[in-house]
This record gives sequence, structure tokens and C-alpha cells, in this order.
Amino acid sequence: MEDASTGSDSDYSNSWISWFLSSKGNEYFCEVEEDYILDRFNLTGLNTEVQHYSQALDLITDNLDDEIQDEFRGTLDVQARLLYGLIHARWIVTARGLAKMLEKYKKADFGRCPRVLCQSQPLLPVGLTDVPYEKSVKLYCGRCEDIYSPKSSRHGSIDGAYFGTSFPHLLFLVYPNLIPPKSGPVDFSANMRAGDVEGGRRNRRGREDQDPPADSMTEGFSTAAAALKADRYRPRIFGFQVHEIAKLQRWQEAVRDRQIARLEQLEENV
Amino acid sequence: MSRKAQASSLETPQGEIEEEEVVSATGEGDDAMEDVEGQEEGYSSSTPTSTLTWISWFCSLPGHEYFCEVSEDFIEDDFNLTGLNVMVPFWKEAMEMVLDVEPDEDASKIPDVSIVEASAELLYGLVHQRYILTRAGLQAMVDKYEAGTFGTCPRVHCKGCYIVPCGRSDLPGLDTVKLFCPNCNDIYTPPSSRFQGVDGAFFGTTFAHLFFQSYRELAPAPFWKPPSPSQSSESLRSSASSSSHAPAFVNPNPHGGQKRAEGRVYTAKIYGFKVSERAKSGPRMQWMRMRPRSPEELDMVDWRGRWIDDDDDYDDDEEEVDEDRPMEDFDPDAAEDDDEEEEEEEEEAAGTNGRKVGHVADASPRFPTSMRPPSSSPATSAPPRTPRDDLSHFTVSGVPVTLPGVTGSKLKVVRQPRGVTAEVC
Repeated sequence: MEDASTGSDSDYSNSWISWFLSSKGNEYFCEVEEDYILDRFNLTGLNTEVQHYSQALDLITDNLDDEIQDEFRGTLDVQARLLYGLIHARWIVTARGLAKMLEKYKKADFGRCPRVLCQSQPLLPVGLTDVPYEKSVKLYCGRCEDIYSPKSSRHGSIDGAYFGTSFPHLLFLVYPNLIPPKSGPVDFSANMRAGDVEGGRRNRRGREDQDPPADSMTEGFSTAAAALKADRYRPRIFGFQVHEIAKLQRWQEAVRDRQIARLEQLEENV
Repeated sequence: MSRKAQASSLETPQGEIEEEEVVSATGEGDDAMEDVEGQEEGYSSSTPTSTLTWISWFCSLPGHEYFCEVSEDFIEDDFNLTGLNVMVPFWKEAMEMVLDVEPDEDASKIPDVSIVEASAELLYGLVHQRYILTRAGLQAMVDKYEAGTFGTCPRVHCKGCYIVPCGRSDLPGLDTVKLFCPNCNDIYTPPSSRFQGVDGAFFGTTFAHLFFQSYRELAPAPFWKPPSPSQSSESLRSSASSSSHAPAFVNPNPHGGQKRAEGRVYTAKIYGFKVSERAKSGPRMQWMRMRPRSPEELDMVDWRGRWIDDDDDYDDDEEEVDEDRPMEDFDPDAAEDDDEEEEEEEEEAAGTNGRKVGHVADASPRFPTSMRPPSSSPATSAPPRTPRDDLSHFTVSGVPVTLPGVTGSKLKVVRQPRGVTAEVC
């Protein structure tokens, strides 16, 4: 918009999606490829969710006539955002969408985990529901496997349905090499390359996300005992642990050890 | 200061009523700056002493919102400053600055005021670390806590639980201030970067926990019972749950947290199906946020962190359940509704073990002898009101690992928990 004066950016400023992605507060969104939007199959059912569906779609794809009245533009803009968000939720769980979000994840576009012992682990957006207008977007940390509210209120008001409940978990299912280690500093370079190679392989195979070969390709490593490495904060008063908290933490660690024993037994049986 | 300010505001003829109110609030407030500044304009000519004190000014700086105002009496008592003079350069000048004492004639030997300012900040921070462990300091901090000054836990399932500042070290210069959430017992980085210049030692490692030991009704209990959507047929169970769902939440451990906890744990799902723990990307960290449903269940782990009665019925049942599930092709829980999935851990044990449920019903006020709290009388079942006089009763367990080197002097300095008895269970 503001770059309209410079000739080279005219293409950029003309595209509704580029404008949407560059406007403040929309940093979590990635670009949905036009081919994906133009394939009506991918939009199945969205016409019942979005008012003025066809005009909103035209707006997103920059095919809207200019003869729209100004007051209608306002409502149409809202609907176009909703439509783009719902398409986005579907797009980011496709192989190419995952790859695009992965790039943003590597750049920590979604922020970093506020938990001190997660050592600034980059986060991933996640919704608590797939239905729009219910819950705002949350951020999932692959290290502590918990969800947090975005720091900034302009991200806190984004609809969680625009990212969906599945996205971060599907990402780690498809790229198991990227599952963050439970301790130590964040280091993408070590395991990222393997992840990329695998991602390329996935791309060719298309959208068969849930089939078993996903695991067989990465047979080599186990995450059964990963939780043992996780750092915990231990409250202390003058150096002494606090009784009730220490007791709760022992209980939690006993639950953890039981899970590890269960998983290791499973692995032995396999 | 506030006394002076109030005295001078009494002289005000009229039209200053609003200001008078404001001034009277400055005594305990952290908004002292604007108020006092406004007042400064009015009185600066007549009452120069009622200007902003260094302490109020310091606490009002951006990024210093977590600090409370240390009373000058506390700073003037040399006993409270034991050992600090070796840590703070330009000690005398820093003291003068903090206490707004006119510097001596020979002050010219200090090359730059900013050096003294840094010393004064360090001095104030270290005194602050000690002050907030005293009764007055805890009270000042609880006022800020309840006003939400320290913010809320960023973790979604803590549901906006208020948090307190917390240091990771008692020595300055090592780490910045963090925030401790009593619900998840974890520490977080402050959301705003303006707190990244605040030293964590100015709050210390002890404060956050002494705070919740002193104000038990602010501390969430370690156990949590999920609100059960479907009351099962067992009447035992409903009577058990009615006790824990009663409007007044009671932790049978009178020295434990007396607030109802927020116990939900996030469950990863793909297209509505829980990610199995058998997947490499399956859940590995839920234990860190889980809570037992009852105090009894908490007691099932001994002090070494092992399950008591490992070959007992309960664990057998539990393991049977766990072994059953891998046999099936599909997760039996997957088709159930959300609530049940989230409370899967709980349902699993409660639903399959009637004996266990009965246990909950009749045993709530009972303590196993191993964890009977000291001096617990039957009358203490009601949560005590703050600040508790018998602060000395906080129970501490475990081994005193990494006992800070300064502990001895700090215990003395704190003074206020009259005869702290640290009990090692």
C-alpha cells in the first residue's frame, strides 16, 4: 500500500494476500499459494461459513470489481479475512503449507517460549478449536509441550481457528527430526538438514500424512526417555525445597518414570 | 515522607481535596511518583522536604514496577544491611543517595554521579531482596500481587493465575528477574523487555516461595479434581466429589496451598484424535503439569519418588489398563468427547477402581503418619487467614541442596519469621 509509489513494488501492493500478510498483527500467517485457493475442492464447505463468499473469494484473489460501495467494502474485508483464515487453516496442514510454516518457525516468527527452562524455544501457533469465533490463537512449545498465550494483544486477538488444532502436532509428526530436545540450547542446524531432506521426500509423496512409513524412515532414534532430560524449576526457601511442591514434583516425576518404563517396554516388544 | 505530605496537605485551603486523597494513598502505593510530583508543583516553595524521595522515584521508573518501597526505617537499621557493604562500591554515598541525605562536603571525590547511582541501585536492590522477606515487605508485595502488578501466567491452562517476581540467584549480576507461577510451579520470562534490565537478585530465590507459604490462600493446592460431567453411578464418588467441590475449598494439609488449583493439561490432537504416546512425536511432558486428584493419591509416591506398594492392587489395575490399550488398533478414547479425553488420566483410574474411589470418600482428613504435619491440631482444618502468625511452621523437605553461602546472615537479617523451624521430613 505505502509502497505504491515505487514501481517495482506495484505487483506486491496489488495483491490482497501480500497486503494482508504485511499488515501489522498478521505475522503468524503464511502465504497460501494461489493454486491452492483456486482449486475449489480445497474450499469445500467454506461457503456456508463465510458471508458474501464469492465476493470475498474474489477479493482475496484480486478479481473483485472496483464498483463495490465503500460501506460494503468494510464488511467484505472482514469476510475476506475470515475466508483467508479458514483456507489458511487447511493449507498449513498440507505438505507445502507445513514447509512454509517451517520456514517461519525457524525464524521464530511465532515468538519464543516464555518458560525460562525452555531456553527460548521457538513456538508454533495452534488453535483450541477448529470452529471460528470461539478461541483466540495460542502458541505451542514443542519442548515443554504446553500452550501459552501470545505476549502481544494484537496476536492475542487472532482467531485460533485460522491455524487449527492439528497443525503443530502434524508438523512434528511429519518432521520427527525437528522434535526439540528437552534440554540444551535451541539448535536448528544439527537436525534441520535431515528434516528438510525428509520434507522434500514428503512433498513428492503428496498428502499421505498418516501412513506408517513416516516412522520407518526415522527408525533410528527413540524419544521414549526424552522427558528424563527435561529441566525443572525447584522452588526453594533459603535453599530448602518447599515441602508440598517437592512432594507434587516427586509425584509428577513418578508418573513420568512410569510412562518411560511403559514406552521402553513397548520398544523392546517391537 | 507520606506523613509529611499529609501534614502539608492538611494546610491546603480548598480545591485540593482530590489531591489530598491522592496524597493519603501514596503511603502504601506504588503510584507515588505522579502523585508526589503533582504535589511538588504546589508546595515546592513552601515545603521543600515533601519532594519525591529517591526510593519513590526509583520504584516509579519504567521497568521498576515490581519493586515495592522499602521503608527507610528498615534501611537505617544497620543490622539489616549486614554484609552488604562489601558488595556495594561507594557504600556511604550510595546510602546517602537512597536515604536522601545531603551529601558531605567531601563528596567531590566522586568523579561521576552515575557511578553512585549504580551503587545506590545495587544497594536498594539488595536491601529490597531482604525487605520483601519481612512481614511488612510481604504485605507490601501482596498488595501489588492482588492488584495484578506482576501480571499473569502466560500458560493457557493456568487461566490467568497471578505470578510473582523471582530471582534465580541471590547474588547480583547473574540473571535478570523472572516470574514464578504458583499454579504450574514454573518460572517465566517477563513479557516486556523493560524488565530485562532488572536483576533477579533484587528479588532473590526465596521470596516467591516464602510469599506463598505466608499467604496460603493464594497458593494452589497440589491436587485437582476435574469437574466430572457425568456423575457415575457410584454414590460414594458423588459424596467424595461433593467435599472437594464445596464452595469453600479445603486442603486437608493445613500447611499446604488452600486455593483450588487449575489442573487442566494440554492434550495434543490431530484432527481430533489424541497423539498416541507411542508416536515419536507423542506426548512426553504432560507429567510436568499433571496433578493427582486427591491428597491420598499424592501420598502414593514416597520420598524417594517411587510408588508405594508397587505390587499393590492399585498399581496392578493401573498397569492392566495400560497394557490393555496397546493391544487394540485404535485408541479406545479417541472417539469419546473432549472432556473425557482431557481427563483421561483421571477417568482411567477412577473408573476402573472402585476401591480407590471409596478410599477418597472416607479418607479425606486422614494423613498417613509419614506426612502428618507438625503441630497439626484438628482445629487447623480451616484455612488460616493471612498473614499467619505461625509463619514458623512452613514445612520444608528434601535435602538442602545448594544452600546459598549467605544463608546464615540472611536468616538473621530477615528477622521476621520468628524462629524459623525448617523441618526436614
